[in-house]
Amino acid sequence: MDERFEIRIDGRTYEVERGTTVAAALLNAGVTRFHDAPGGEPRAPLCGMGICFECMVRINGEEGCLACQTVCRRGMEVVTR
Amino acid sequence: MSHVKMQGSIVVVGVGPAGIAAAWAAAEAGGDVLMVDNGAAAGGQIWRGGKALDRLSTKWLRRLERAKGIRRVGALVVSAEADRKLLLAETAEGGSVGVRYEKLILATGARERFLPFAGWTLPGVVGAGGLQALVKSGLDVRGKRVVLAGSGPLLLAVADLLREREATVVLIAEQARMAAIMRFGMKLASAPAKLIQAVVLKARLATVPYLTGCWVERAEGAERLKSVMLNQGGRRWRVECDYLGTGFGLIPNMELAGLLGCETGPGGVVVDARQRTSVEGVYCAGEAAGIGGVDKSLAEGEIAGWAAAGQEDTARALEGVRAKQLGFAAALGEAFGLREELKGLVTAETVVCRCEDVRMGALEGMEDWREAKLQTRCGMGRCQGRVCGGALEFLKGWTPAVVKPPVFPARVATMVAEDEV
Amino acid sequence: MNAPDIIVVGAGIVGAACALELARGGARVSVYDRGIVAGGASAAGMGHVCVMDDSEAQFQLTRYSLELWAEMSPEMPAAAEHVYCGTLWVAADEEEMAEARRKAEFYLPRGTPAELLDEKQLAAAEPNLRKGLAGGLLLPADSVLYQPAVAWWMLNEAKKLGATVHVNQPVESIEDDGLHMGDGTVVAAGRVVNAAGAWAARLTRNTPVKPKKGHLMITERAAEFVRHEVIELGYIKSAHSGATEAVAFNVAPRPAGQVLIGSCRQLGVWDAAIDRKILNKMLRRAIEYMPGLAGLRGIRSWTGFRAATEDSLPLIGPCEGYERVWLATGHEGLGITTATGTAKVLAAQMLGRECGIPVAPYLPSRRVAGHG
Ligand SMILES: Cc1cc2nc3c(=O)[nH]c(=O)nc-3n(C[C@H](O)[C@H](O)[C@H](O)COP(=O)(O)OP(=O)(O)OC[C@H]3O[C@@H](n4cnc5c(N)ncnc54)[C@H](O)[C@@H]3O)c2cc1C
Ligand SMILES: Cc1cc2nc3c(=O)[nH]c(=O)nc-3n(C[C@H](O)[C@H](O)[C@H](O)COP(=O)(O)OP(=O)(O)OC[C@H]3O[C@@H](n4cnc5c(N)ncnc54)[C@H](O)[C@@H]3O)c2cc1C
Ligand code: FES
Repeated sequence: MDERFEIRIDGRTYEVERGTTVAAALLNAGVTRFHDAPGGEPRAPLCGMGICFECMVRINGEEGCLACQTVCRRGMEVVTR
Repeated sequence: MSHVKMQGSIVVVGVGPAGIAAAWAAAEAGGDVLMVDNGAAAGGQIWRGGKALDRLSTKWLRRLERAKGIRRVGALVVSAEADRKLLLAETAEGGSVGVRYEKLILATGARERFLPFAGWTLPGVVGAGGLQALVKSGLDVRGKRVVLAGSGPLLLAVADLLREREATVVLIAEQARMAAIMRFGMKLASAPAKLIQAVVLKARLATVPYLTGCWVERAEGAERLKSVMLNQGGRRWRVECDYLGTGFGLIPNMELAGLLGCETGPGGVVVDARQRTSVEGVYCAGEAAGIGGVDKSLAEGEIAGWAAAGQEDTARALEGVRAKQLGFAAALGEAFGLREELKGLVTAETVVCRCEDVRMGALEGMEDWREAKLQTRCGMGRCQGRVCGGALEFLKGWTPAVVKPPVFPARVATMVAEDEV
Repeated sequence: MNAPDIIVVGAGIVGAACALELARGGARVSVYDRGIVAGGASAAGMGHVCVMDDSEAQFQLTRYSLELWAEMSPEMPAAAEHVYCGTLWVAADEEEMAEARRKAEFYLPRGTPAELLDEKQLAAAEPNLRKGLAGGLLLPADSVLYQPAVAWWMLNEAKKLGATVHVNQPVESIEDDGLHMGDGTVVAAGRVVNAAGAWAARLTRNTPVKPKKGHLMITERAAEFVRHEVIELGYIKSAHSGATEAVAFNVAPRPAGQVLIGSCRQLGVWDAAIDRKILNKMLRRAIEYMPGLAGLRGIRSWTGFRAATEDSLPLIGPCEGYERVWLATGHEGLGITTATGTAKVLAAQMLGRECGIPVAPYLPSRRVAGHG
């Protein structure tokens, strides 16, 4: 299997290493706003271990996925906010 | 969506050190073992990603690999039904799994305790262990400036990893007093705690400033973290950084045990010398039964594994090891006890419940945790109070409410997947 | 001695509404609860404020209460989350459609707006309902609110009028001389109102209420998944069939997008633990009607105890066998809805305040008389 492949983050293409979680990939790509708090503030990963739900993003059309608990797959479509 | 039915005579939840040791021992004793864990690879928090780090981890990961009679399923346990001896779990792909057990060993580990302060919701403010987990799962920190602040030996372990990954660890701010940590260090000499010894030494050698009696008062930045304001004994200064890794010790993950009806205390799931909980056939081992580090987790896991498989004598032989580790755990808790001053970092404006954006001021006049939930929605969000609950336990002395299913947000389909219609 | 004119026992939505109304009528009011404000059934309810027609008296009380809620609504804080989403009664088949028509024919002449929907209109109103349902009935004047915040607000308003609220104060029994507390003391009062919900029968004699346990589950946020309070008309059959256990499809939207899933009833059950059998039965019923619910994530489930009476009407008035003790309990599944009307019916009797409906059907004495 290839060690690197592409995923799409908010419509732009990024290369990631196999085994990278979506949360790490997003941070590496410079994304800081993963989702919005009810009051509208930007939020990004806190716990890194599936506890806090601050890393929620849309992955392949499904809302509310935990980026820190999801490993990147080739061609994955990630949408923030 | 697919549903899979599984069963094991001994089911272990958690593939961290405690779960690995439990499964290995139970399998050695001839048990049919099924492990359930949401992480893709074995290792838990410390050996995250299943990558062997040192002799200890190599030994245990190899034991797990070679053991006969251990099956594993990657799924998050979201609910449980004690009456049917059933766990309900979900896979990353969205499928559900029903797991029937005869004996159950809970090795669900711990999470970090976060305390609120101004700006702690800014992107870039991450858990210390959270940052460690992100780095281990691909976050590139080369050249990034990182401040680590909070409490406990975990800060040192994280600093160590960050330096190895070529980040600049600007400083470590430990809230505990030097005197308390020194006292702890003395006790260590008699305890087999490789963890702290190794890491403390490393951090010292590496010239990373380790400031005690010091904490972050405020995280600053507009859309993301730019700097932090530090306070040490009244001296305040600003440090620019890309990440702040913050954590104030660990909290046992007791929700699943609570749902099954096991007695829990403030320090963890209540167990006896054989790791038996108050519920027949349910054992608990590792951080979930009380914070104490990897050696305690391994010892307790092994005891639980032997005991669950009916090898009482082998379990009993480990009693001494366990007792030593419990002593170490107590000393750890004492040394890194949280200081009253930290309560002052929260103002009426500070967000306490991140899921529902509830500010501290809104909790004014609330009797208890339940009233706060009802009246302010504090703790009613998706994390189910796992973050704010730990903070309010310290800030207000509130204890969490009774656990009701599910323990993690679960598809309604999963909840009913094992129904006999 | 400075004993209050009236002590209300129970700080649920009913006790809170009564306390406010009595305070507004000039009484010096104290409220006692063994726990926190709105910690009983009022912590558990769905918050549906709806008109009902099981009996003329029930209709009168619910309709009147809806008017009172509408008056009060502008005063209430945002946390009350009072939203006029309307009720959508769903008819699965022709038999239930006939029931929808009967309801419409009951409501319309009485001035309560009601709109019959055919299969297509129903699907348009609630796209997540399964296909092939017969139709439904829309009651646009019904609403939902968040009753814990409402009870809190009501008590605060009462406090502004001099009322006092005492939480974490378990009452052992209520007698004519006042509250007999767990520690042996007696709290004197001019008169006492027993508004202890399902627990009322433990405090006074001649208080024929029984617990009826219910379960609810709430999901994560799912924008626009449900728009109305939606209930199956089969509920009529199950809720009143006399069976001690019943399950019905009933969902409601929360303002932030979460979906509340109900409902079930277990008569005479006092165990607060989740009963997964009935919870699952309830969830399966909901999925039958809204298949998409299966894919939503549930966050939490809980239980609560309604106070059930034999004729499904509340007990509001003097408690038989006492001189100075009054009842305001027995609201079963409608206590949130009828809290406002209850307060008026009670204050009319205790203070001679005006009340828009006759009080006779709700008097506790109706039962004793009925039993001969
Ligand atoms: C974020 C973090 C970082 C840490 N880093 C270090 C470190 O670097 N060095 C160190 O010495 N100690 C570290 N610790 C302390 C560490 O917890 C212990 O040293 C050791 O890992 C404990 O082992 P355990 O088996 O008891 O728990 P864990 O290792 O935490 O294992 C628990 C396992 O259970 C799984 N689990 C929990 N709930 C469920 C569920 N409902 N369904 C399925 N699976 C579930 C978890 O995913 C996890 O894999 C860290 C702790 C945390 C919280
Ligand atoms: C699952 C469920 C869903 C529901 N949905 C709806 C709905 O959508 N719409 C609707 O209108 N109704 C609904 N209901 C019914 C509604 O919740 C109740 O009718 C209403 O809350 C009753 O209010 P209350 O104040 O009489 O009782 P409670 O809220 O139960 O208050 C009674 C109070 O008395 C206190 N108390 C008890 N014993 C003592 C003692 N010894 N000393 C001192 N204090 C004591 C308790 O602590 C409690 O706070 C629902 C009920 C349930 C269970
Ligand atoms: S970062 Fe906390 S759940 Fe992903």
